[in-house]
Amino acid sequence: MFEKLYDNGKIQLIMGLGFGIVFGFLLQKGGVTDYEVLMGQLLLNDFTVVKVMMSAVIVGMAGVEILRSMGYVKLHPKPGSAGSSLLGGLIFGSGFGLLGYCPGTMTGAIGEGRLDALAGGVSGVLAGAWLFALLYPRLQHSVLEIGEFGEMTFPVLFKKEPWMIVVPAAILLIGALAVIEMNGL
Amino acid sequence: MEWLTMDRWSPYAAGAGIGVLCCLTFLLSDKAIGCTTAFARTSGMIEKLFRGKKVLERPYYRKFPPVVDWEWMLVLGILLGSFLSARLSGQFHPRWIPEMWVRVHGPSLGLRLWIAFIGGVFMSFGARWAGGCTSGHGISGTLQLAVSSWIATICFFLGGIATAYLIY
Repeated sequence: MFEKLYDNGKIQLIMGLGFGIVFGFLLQKGGVTDYEVLMGQLLLNDFTVVKVMMSAVIVGMAGVEILRSMGYVKLHPKPGSAGSSLLGGLIFGSGFGLLGYCPGTMTGAIGEGRLDALAGGVSGVLAGAWLFALLYPRLQHSVLEIGEFGEMTFPVLFKKEPWMIVVPAAILLIGALAVIEMNGL
Repeated sequence: MEWLTMDRWSPYAAGAGIGVLCCLTFLLSDKAIGCTTAFARTSGMIEKLFRGKKVLERPYYRKFPPVVDWEWMLVLGILLGSFLSARLSGQFHPRWIPEMWVRVHGPSLGLRLWIAFIGGVFMSFGARWAGGCTSGHGISGTLQLAVSSWIATICFFLGGIATAYLIY
């Protein structure tokens, strides 16, 4: 529907900036650019991060599926493997716990004046990405390919219509949020 | 327009807004929100300052060329958007160490920056390893019901919770 727009590089850069401004605004208003809120989630005594993420996923999942079924958008699921998704996820998590921000919220945290995110966080994130680029030729065809499953999605995996997964997934997430609220977290 | 100057919104309102935003990026840009590729590209730009075009000898920078793209602008936007939100509510103020850190680990700035740096290295290395972060996998990927993203996101939190309990 908007193919011409996708091909317009300059307009896309401006739109990227615009989307980012809205994203940063929402992250800050949601409270997730705050170190205490992020660490509170990892210490399981403040569930703000999970509330923001799950409500984004519920709305986004339903919205994107509606748009997809009407032929307006294409999905871009990331490929994965056990070696990549599992191990990479755990390495990410260990760093996330030490830094106390994730890459997006770190950027937002700098926006509200948090200089530890800028001086320690950004330099670390740049160094880590560079280190990965250095080691990539060794990892590429070894550990990253263990248990490869490609761009798999749950509807494809279970051979169901997307709605048959989206609706139960939404119900599950809403249920999880209800449990969180009932426990006063 | 009081909602623009509020300190905080309900996390559900902010989250739902992010969900709508994700739909718009798919519709208008054919892209999913993500944050770490921009940092990978920037690391390549920095290496390019020193080594010039030789940086493209690295397969990773051929896959993710060190250039400003849509996602790079998105990350720049996050910085501006958060600043705007914090300014509007009067919450913007430069500060070095989170109070929660000081209460447990003391006021040493060096310690905080050193741990933040190490955390940043592991986090970013892991994000590249897993092919995404809390935005690219945690929100954009899970909402597409991607298997890789659900596994990665669960592991982000498992790893994060374990480390958080170790240091607090």
